[in-house]
Amino acid sequence: MPVMTQKMTKVFERPRSLADIEFTYCPGCHHGLITRIIAQVIDELGIQERTVVVGPVGCSVFVYQWFRCDGIQSAHGRACAVATGIKRVNPDLIVFTYQGDGDLAAIGTAESIHAANRGENITVIFINNQIYGMTGGQMAPTTLIGQWATSCPDGRDAGLAGYPIRFSEMVAQLDAPVYVTRQSLYDQKRIMATSRAIKKAFQYQVECKGYSLVEILANCPTSWHMTPTQANKHIADVVTSVFPLGDLVDRG
Amino acid sequence: MPKGMILIDKERCKGCGLCIDACPQHVLSYSGEYNQKGYNVTWMEDPDRCTGCAFCTLTCPDVTIEVYREISPGRGGNNA
Ligand SMILES: Cc1ncc(C[n+]2csc(CCOP(=O)(O)OP(=O)(O)O)c2C)c(N)n1
Ligand code: SF4
Ligand code: SF4
Ligand code: SF4
Ligand SMILES: [Mg+2]
Repeated sequence: MPVMTQKMTKVFERPRSLADIEFTYCPGCHHGLITRIIAQVIDELGIQERTVVVGPVGCSVFVYQWFRCDGIQSAHGRACAVATGIKRVNPDLIVFTYQGDGDLAAIGTAESIHAANRGENITVIFINNQIYGMTGGQMAPTTLIGQWATSCPDGRDAGLAGYPIRFSEMVAQLDAPVYVTRQSLYDQKRIMATSRAIKKAFQYQVECKGYSLVEILANCPTSWHMTPTQANKHIADVVTSVFPLGDLVDRG
Repeated sequence: MPKGMILIDKERCKGCGLCIDACPQHVLSYSGEYNQKGYNVTWMEDPDRCTGCAFCTLTCPDVTIEVYREISPGRGGNNA
């Protein structure tokens, strides 16, 4: 049995901005980890009272329930348009979107690109798990060549369905964005780097610097038919070779 | 090495194993005990080795782990 001594002090507890309810996610799903990291950043920056999360459609559809801050549910793909409205009407609020690859880079392509091009002072958190998790594992624009999905049972074929879209690279060639980065969570070092990137993206918004996009290479162990451990190795060995990690733009 | 201890909320653990992979001291393993949802929950198989580094909790997608560490007397307060 582990023993607690009197000299022991708590070094980690649940962030205050994270609601005390269980996630609906599958075992090992990175959505939960990303949510915890964002909640901790909100705590660290002391912005809980003025933060608003704009939710997507996807496995993270209940994202407004996980945070102890204001939240709104947008129509599928339209989170950046909703965030634009909230931020323009009340610029003192800290507004971020939380969107999957199907939401942000498929059905919401127009809203996502144009919010970036207008340089809206919002923070976009983009969870790229290369699949439509919620609906049972269909191909997304980000699905890798050869990757199995229910709608490409022989693996994604570039001749039929094109190549995986590198959304961050598309946004990075626009003039307006201040911060565009791609991160991952497959080991401790990457988790810490992702925490720093998310903090920077929120900090830039607090300082009114403009639009930030943090793309995170995440897992979907369920639709990938892998254990969470295998999924982490797959991200490290395969996914990062298609979606390179690192900062693409930092004009902060 | 500082001395540490963790508390796992068994009913919230989903037995994903990511904390087991993350622990640099090889403290954690599956307990063989199943919670009400049917997940094989993690436990401290070798608690004496825990340093309170918090890698396990920083990896846990379900935020089930609290981490405690002994204050080092010479350094004044929390050395987190
Ligand atoms: C207008 C509309 N079209 C299609 C759907 C079905 N649908 C729900 S979630 C989803 C894709 C979700 O994928 P992603 O954004 O990658 O999120 P994930 O679940 O992978 O986190 C789709 C196509 C819908 N709900 N509404
Ligand atoms: S289906 Fe995939 S993305 Fe959705 S909760 Fe399960 S593991 Fe996470
Ligand atoms: S605090 Fe560190 S040493 Fe202790 S169980 Fe967690 S990862 Fe292992
Ligand atoms: S990472 Fe969390 S949910 Fe997964 S096995 Fe460890 S304690 Fe349980
Ligand atoms: Mg997805």
